[in-house]
Amino acid sequence: MTASGVFYVVIYFLVLLALTKPLGLYMANVFEGRRTFLTPVLRPLERLTYRACGVREDVEQRWTQYAASLIAFSLVGFLFVYAMQRLEGFLPLNPMGFGTAHAPANQTAMTPDLAFNTAVSFVTNTNWQAYGGETTLSYWVQMTALTVQNFVSAAAGIAVAIALVRGFARKQMRSIGNFWVDLTRGTLYVLLPLSFLLALFLCARGVPQTLAAYVKARTLEGRVQTIAVGPVASQEAPKLLGTNGGGFFNQNSAHPYENPTPLTNFVEILAILAIPAGLTYTFGKMVGDTRQGWTLFAAMSVLFFVGVFICTHAEQAGNPNLARLGVETRATAGQPGGNMEGKELRFGIPGSALFTVATTDASCGAVNSMLDSYTPLGGLIPMFNLQTDEVIFGGVGSGLYGILLYAILGVFIAGLMVGRTPEYLGKKIEQKEVKMAMIAVISTAFAILVFAAVTLDARFAAHGYWNPPGPAVANVQNGGPHGFSEVLYAFSSASENNGSAFAGLNANTPWYNLTLGLAMLLGRFLFMIPVLAIAGSLAAKKKIPETSGTLPTHGALFAGLLVGVVLVVGALTFFPALSLGPIVEYLLMLKGKLYSSLILTAWS
Amino acid sequence: MWRQLAPALRAMVFFTLLTGLIYPGVMTALCQALFPRQANGSLVKVRGRIVGSALIGQKFTQPQYFHPRPSASNYDASASAASNDGPTSEALVERVKAAIAQFRKDNPDYSGPIPSDLVTASASGLDPDISVASAEAQAARVAAARGVSVAQVRALIRQQVERPTLGFLGPPRVNVLALNLALDRRFPRP
Repeated sequence: MTASGVFYVVIYFLVLLALTKPLGLYMANVFEGRRTFLTPVLRPLERLTYRACGVREDVEQRWTQYAASLIAFSLVGFLFVYAMQRLEGFLPLNPMGFGTAHAPANQTAMTPDLAFNTAVSFVTNTNWQAYGGETTLSYWVQMTALTVQNFVSAAAGIAVAIALVRGFARKQMRSIGNFWVDLTRGTLYVLLPLSFLLALFLCARGVPQTLAAYVKARTLEGRVQTIAVGPVASQEAPKLLGTNGGGFFNQNSAHPYENPTPLTNFVEILAILAIPAGLTYTFGKMVGDTRQGWTLFAAMSVLFFVGVFICTHAEQAGNPNLARLGVETRATAGQPGGNMEGKELRFGIPGSALFTVATTDASCGAVNSMLDSYTPLGGLIPMFNLQTDEVIFGGVGSGLYGILLYAILGVFIAGLMVGRTPEYLGKKIEQKEVKMAMIAVISTAFAILVFAAVTLDARFAAHGYWNPPGPAVANVQNGGPHGFSEVLYAFSSASENNGSAFAGLNANTPWYNLTLGLAMLLGRFLFMIPVLAIAGSLAAKKKIPETSGTLPTHGALFAGLLVGVVLVVGALTFFPALSLGPIVEYLLMLKGKLYSSLILTAWS
Repeated sequence: MWRQLAPALRAMVFFTLLTGLIYPGVMTALCQALFPRQANGSLVKVRGRIVGSALIGQKFTQPQYFHPRPSASNYDASASAASNDGPTSEALVERVKAAIAQFRKDNPDYSGPIPSDLVTASASGLDPDISVASAEAQAARVAAARGVSVAQVRALIRQQVERPTLGFLGPPRVNVLALNLALDRRFPRP
């Protein structure tokens, strides 16, 4: 790791740290219904929302009703996105004519399975892209289907986290809040104002915001270059702030129009982790002990630094297979060194690796460099981040409720060791809570490992419906252990609602669209519903006073315990699979072993 | 759950109007008014004709121009793409080997090490920049093709270098289109 790389990460962390308290305090005020500086502006809009939705803001819900609202909203959202995509040819704001007879020759057809996959993907906050934005979707679909879900699927995640926090904060109550109120407040007070500012900033630095058709240029050497533009800034901002990650363009935040400068890159990485980091403070504030929130923040920071260090180091060390050909892999004054395959020069190695670690710490999945071309250990970090349920700051909302599940498992394990009933924040952790936490953790692991295993062995007739290339492994681009990593990563990304990819995998076939879509649904709802069940169960409990025998859940000891639980659960579940992929590939790379491509790429 | 469908439907319609039409609409109007150049793609015009975008890389193969990084999309700005070749991929090694051979052939005067960005494909396939070392490695070829001295071309490169933002963000770099436009202005071809 270079000195400037270390400096980059340290400055980044300090800015994130400085944002955590003000943002967290603001969110606590918003979700507890207190007055904020934006109340005079937004309160009328908030009331209008409740009237439009037919919701009474003073009526609270039990956890079952809360979950039912969440599922109903997601179902309607899914139908909206699906319908918009299928009908894009008949809808306005479609200057390139996607879905019509006038579509560009390089259009990706919007098949039913692709529309299903994309709709599930955006509603579950995964934002996996089996399509290329600029060759598939009209501006109408980008705005009214995808941008909308960038807001509301993120707000739904925050809502569930807030409901869980209320479970800890309340005593002997049957209700955990109102889903519609939390959804509205998260959208109006948190995501919309921040997106407004970020979109303006991004546009000022070069991100387009136009409804006009693609531009035709004649280059200096006389070639015709068609340049895709569109309403990019307004989608880019909530894409990052809501840890969504579905880009306007195929190449996401690597595309110069989504991420034009080193400064926008830095700000985009901040936008990914700002709300998740702030929520740790919101949590501490709402349970009446900010030390509890800072302890979660500290545990996350440790894991964050370990990941960034390993990933940056591996990428800066570069690929020995290319070094042997005479490529300079050491950084010098005039060039960045390292592994630059699949990376943009303006970000360099530190700006690429930090983005990758942040986007997989969170459930964001935006990428500014191509993970498939990372060195084996550089690619191991994002994969392991996904598999440990994205709890290092994590997705908006999902990071907080994820780490709180690990905290529940942590006090349970500690309780077993000392032989006392485990408690967390004055609540007895009993059979029901631990069961629910295990359902959540196991169901995502199940979705990753079982779907990946079935896919590796699934055989289909070539040119058939399910998978035209034939067996499902025929869709991987790279041979050897790297091809295995591509499949494992895809199901990790889908199940954990991340959406980033080892993009060599051709995932736009009915088999992959459907299985990845199912993995996303399992990962989203078999995690959220147990979380809400825990919230309901905790809210109904009494608060028991702290005694000398209570395990303190703030401070370094508990942070250490939490880090240990995350690593042990992740390692025990996924170490065998990871050894077959990135770890063995690392060893083979050092020996200079190469694999031929399994399918031909569109290389020219 | 069925009782929740009515508010769900109404909420979806409301938020679609608010965040799907009003918000992007307002942003479009504001950005077009405040930052018209950026909002339309930072297009570069020469004598009134659009020659590209300052942010989007384009293909150069002629010897009198600086060449950009390899691109998996062949600089097709309507379909961005990366190679997605893994680190142990034979295709990657063969491609880089060929790119190095081609570079050495095109630039016989350069014998230094190969900068890491010069022969590897970018993430977007549209990377507008090359490193300073990658530009300097091509200086002799460009100078010969334009009939000017290498020192003059090097001086022009130095003028075009963008330093790291705030001193630490991103490596020093050169925008290929901007550099080539400056070349055309400064040393018009005979």
